[in-house]
Amino acid sequence: MKDQISSSPEKLPPALECRDVGRTFMIKRGMFAQKQPLKAVQDINLKINRGDVLAIVGESGCGKTTLAQMLLGLLQPTNGEILLDGQPINSISIKEIATKVQPVFQDPYSSLNPRKTIEQIILLPLIVHKIGTVKDRRERVEKYMRLVGLPKRLVHSYPNQLSGGQRQRVAIARALIMEPKIVVCDEPTSALDVSVQAHILNLLQDLRTKLDLTYAFISHDLAVVEHLADSVAVMYLGRLIEFGKAADIFSNPQHPYTRALLDSVLTPDPSLGLPKITLGKGLPNPLSPPSGCYFHPRCPEATEECHQHTPVLKDTGERLVECHLH
Amino acid sequence: MTVPVVLNVENLSVEITVPAGTLHAVSNLSLKVHQGETLCIVGESGCGKSITSLAIMNLLPSKAKLTADTMSLEGRDLLDIRESEFASLRGDRIGMIFQDPMTSLNPVFRIGEQLEEVYIQHGKGGRKEARERAEFLLEKVGIIAPAERLSQYPHQLSGGLRQRMMIAMTLMCDPAMIIADEPTTALDVTMQAQTLNLLRSLQKECNTGLVLITHDLGIVARMADRVMVMYAGRSVETGTAVEIFEKPTHPYTQGLINCIPVPGRTKPGSHLGSIRGIVPALVGDIEGCMFRNRCDHVSEECYSGEIGLNEISEGRAYRCLLSPEESLRNFKLKGAA
Repeated sequence: MKDQISSSPEKLPPALECRDVGRTFMIKRGMFAQKQPLKAVQDINLKINRGDVLAIVGESGCGKTTLAQMLLGLLQPTNGEILLDGQPINSISIKEIATKVQPVFQDPYSSLNPRKTIEQIILLPLIVHKIGTVKDRRERVEKYMRLVGLPKRLVHSYPNQLSGGQRQRVAIARALIMEPKIVVCDEPTSALDVSVQAHILNLLQDLRTKLDLTYAFISHDLAVVEHLADSVAVMYLGRLIEFGKAADIFSNPQHPYTRALLDSVLTPDPSLGLPKITLGKGLPNPLSPPSGCYFHPRCPEATEECHQHTPVLKDTGERLVECHLH
Repeated sequence: MTVPVVLNVENLSVEITVPAGTLHAVSNLSLKVHQGETLCIVGESGCGKSITSLAIMNLLPSKAKLTADTMSLEGRDLLDIRESEFASLRGDRIGMIFQDPMTSLNPVFRIGEQLEEVYIQHGKGGRKEARERAEFLLEKVGIIAPAERLSQYPHQLSGGLRQRMMIAMTLMCDPAMIIADEPTTALDVTMQAQTLNLLRSLQKECNTGLVLITHDLGIVARMADRVMVMYAGRSVETGTAVEIFEKPTHPYTQGLINCIPVPGRTKPGSHLGSIRGIVPALVGDIEGCMFRNRCDHVSEECYSGEIGLNEISEGRAYRCLLSPEESLRNFKLKGAA
């Protein structure tokens, strides 16, 4: 585990690595207002080892999706660098990135072109990259449809003829047809029903072992994260506040925010009541973040120090925690 | 039971005419909610949960046809009254909280105006009393500086705050019954627990009946006094929360419970239980059990006739041909030791 966080003299570079990655957007509020910086993501340091599942969790607006877009090469970081297989991502062409990293999005209803057939949708990356003959492509589509559990007869159907679960399978097949090593899943099951969610999670597990995939898995459902992830990165207001092995984070969360997140998981146990969570109000405005520790206005354990000084990310070997108290 | 029944619905059916025929959105559904009681209706999308709530509120689209033996609120018959009378009940005796607080508040009116309107419209008092009541309730739902919040517009509030506004608005006239349709689905997990806590404490305080519609089994387990599991427009199992989660009798309920990952119970990385197949189309006349194509214990008899509700005890029933003992023998909690 140690080599996942601190650098190590290992043979292969991690599949993905973020070094001090940040992204600032310039936001204009009102017609005559000055542009203000919005730090969507700040100082992210993390690594995903080959074959691992990294879950990125946090509330909406914490920068999960911005980070995912940077991992996909769709957004350039304004600070720091992202390494893909040890190579800086901005030195690689977007086409080449697409052969290595592919996305699966949240909403299978809006992420598929309604006017294209299933075959055309899954095929498109091959056309863009000029791979194979027409016959090869057909065969490849069939292979991947089988792999994700889509019946062959759907080849010429349109997305509106498919159920939500089937659509998400199409999205997964489209992501896999380029044979990427890394798949970035942005809330892949949150638009689905529970019984369908189970199918998709089982499928993602199977594909991972079959194709030796690495996942960056973005989710707000911690029960799903516990089930799937090897390591967990907790984000709050654009900052990474805790990072470590999933089993450790779930058995012994350190940051008060991580603890609150875990407390808010409602397991289906009727003998337990509702958890009492005292986080108070919602996320502060990211345009004018609080002084000191970003979490202090909501933190039940905040001290004077938390008001004044920004905590540094402490590396305890097993875990990274950004909190004065730990 | 000595606690009075607030909402009583017997044999509610909703049919919608579609080009392909008649769609049986809800079939022979009965439910009872007592004062201060929480009934959770759980099921997947398309099972008729939301149509049921709209039917109770008399807000069904005009294409839908409603039939029922009984539908009464606080002993008052809801089947026989005119729409204008119903309008005076809605918001007054029965309130509704919708899923998305962004689209259920009017963006061009201040929060205060929207809250006061309910109170004034129902003849509870003038603007001044309405304002006082709104401020009082906002404080109740945990909003700091209520007077300032009342003069803001919905877009100035976060999702969690907006949903609290909706709860406050529903409580303006002190209703006997609240229907909440997925009230926390649009909220973050940390806000979810807070909002549910709030809803529950206010409900207990005001002794209101609550119908909570959700697809989240975690919420059901933690909130419900009684549970109704819906599948394909029918109630397939009813019981207390403990009965449903500890002794689920219908194969669908059992399947649902095994579908979800539960920290501490399901082994990380293991396969989750799953229900094969998809929800059947509800158009036309269908005989037999609606779940038969997805069920592992299907037999010849599941294909014909009407599968009735088997009543085990008062308020505990399930719609399956298996005996409760047989059914429970089939059930093994996934990942349980």
